[in-house]
Amino acid sequence: MTALLRPIAFIGRTVIAQLGKVRDFILGTREYGELGFRTFSKMPLAVKNVDITTSHMYTLGIESIPLVTMIAIFLGSATVTQAVYQMSGMIPLRYLGALVCKTTITELAPVITSMVFAGRVATGIAAEIASMKGSEQLDAMAVLRLDPIRYLIVPKAIACIVMLPVLAVWAILMSFVGAAVTVAISVDMTMHTYLSGMKLFFNPNDVYMSVGKTAIFGAIVAITGAYFGFKAKGGAEGVGNATTKAVVTSAVLILIFDFVVAVMVM
Amino acid sequence: MLLEVRHLKKRFGNQVVLDDININLDRGQVLCVLGQSGSGKTVLFRHIIGLLFPDGGEIRLDGQVVSTPTTKPADFEKHRKRFGILFQGAALFDSMDVGENLAFPLREHTHLTTKEISKTIGEALEMVGLREEFKSKMPSELSGGMRSRVGLARAIVMKPEIMLYDEPTSALDPIMTDKINDLIMSLRDRLKMTSIVISHDIGSAYKVADKIAMIHEGKIIFDGTPPEIRSSRNLYVQQFLRGYREKFYAFSEEEKYANPVDISKIKPARPPKKGAAQQNAPLSVPIDIANKKFEMPVRARTGEPPR
Repeated sequence: MTALLRPIAFIGRTVIAQLGKVRDFILGTREYGELGFRTFSKMPLAVKNVDITTSHMYTLGIESIPLVTMIAIFLGSATVTQAVYQMSGMIPLRYLGALVCKTTITELAPVITSMVFAGRVATGIAAEIASMKGSEQLDAMAVLRLDPIRYLIVPKAIACIVMLPVLAVWAILMSFVGAAVTVAISVDMTMHTYLSGMKLFFNPNDVYMSVGKTAIFGAIVAITGAYFGFKAKGGAEGVGNATTKAVVTSAVLILIFDFVVAVMVM
Repeated sequence: MLLEVRHLKKRFGNQVVLDDININLDRGQVLCVLGQSGSGKTVLFRHIIGLLFPDGGEIRLDGQVVSTPTTKPADFEKHRKRFGILFQGAALFDSMDVGENLAFPLREHTHLTTKEISKTIGEALEMVGLREEFKSKMPSELSGGMRSRVGLARAIVMKPEIMLYDEPTSALDPIMTDKINDLIMSLRDRLKMTSIVISHDIGSAYKVADKIAMIHEGKIIFDGTPPEIRSSRNLYVQQFLRGYREKFYAFSEEEKYANPVDISKIKPARPPKKGAAQQNAPLSVPIDIANKKFEMPVRARTGEPPR
């Protein structure tokens, strides 16, 4: 009888464990939403600490420019190279500029830039907050009646929301530079033809959409980093786990919201 | 009575961390809470400052109930300004220099001008024995003792009524420990602050405390003055004070220290034979206390239990 019950007990334990994970996921999602809501509701208070926000805009945004520039240039080059290969024999090369322009502005530059930004910034925010938690600095803030969301998250969230679109526009420009150089060096077409193709389907609304969605991605990066920083447990291992979860979750959420924005715009 | 902790209970999962804690503290007194690592003193400290809330019991300030199992963190917020805290590692904000660390709470909670804030910071630093030049130093540039003093300065700039120190001397050398103890006493005398010192440092407790409470496994096992604790007949208290536990080091279960043990009941269940001890003396002999068997080490040459 006991032997017969053993598989049933195993299934029961497994189901309970999985239900526990589902419950944790739902609770975690609620906490994430609450953190996001509280962050946005406290943004008007940031005017009292403009210096903290501007300092974060510099460290999170301006200091990301070299990394974004390098990635964007190679992104443009790779896009042209792939496009030429895929189009050969099927689509006239005069449409190369249009293809590069559309894909870079609407998808590649904003999404890749946001991913790189998440890798650099979400991990930094998560590590900083997790370390502060470990060294009782968050407790010290609570005891001194200094709201961690207002002083730690809001300035970073504003910096991300403002600076990521700037970086995305910069990445679009740098991708175009990389693409143009690649066309000039390795594609058998004139620069005039390439640029004419770019202008053919250029729509300023694509740029506005990119700017808009990267602002959303900026908020995702900041709040995700902060969420996993606050949830961190333990010492160095806890900080490591927090940064890993922050970057992975940011990347997944960026792609999900990219799809949502694409559907909404259509 | 300024602070009353009544029947405080807290458990994390199945583990009882605080079990019916009662503490009273008068205005201007220094209470030292002693206890081993993991005894529950930091959990008690976090309850007093409202970072944790109890599962049972209550905390009163000036007779007013401020913390119960149903208290929400936001409700405790208004009482927090009465507390100043020195955390174990000082918990300085490491992205700010010393001056900004001290100015931050002043800027946010007072209407002082920049000049007045600078003057207040200078006074606080002077009170903890640091020069104004330290204002521009980053926390990473400071030694452990200096960090503690800056943490103390940050805690007192808001002029709290009750100062809590979480193991203020645990990582400091004896000279710096003495300096911090002097500071605790000088704050009590100059600012009439009521203080609670969480520690396991007996010397510091004797020096600064008006009252000592000893916590063990979540229970207060002693509450009295320094002379009273010296003459306590509780075996655990005496072992803690002397740092001496040779007679019981064979016990595998640490909880045995909680209750005084009658030494006369410790007898070898199987005493070694005379003469055999010289060559093949056993390293331990089984002993029997309250029907539980333990291995007690013996002196190698004689086969007798250690004295």
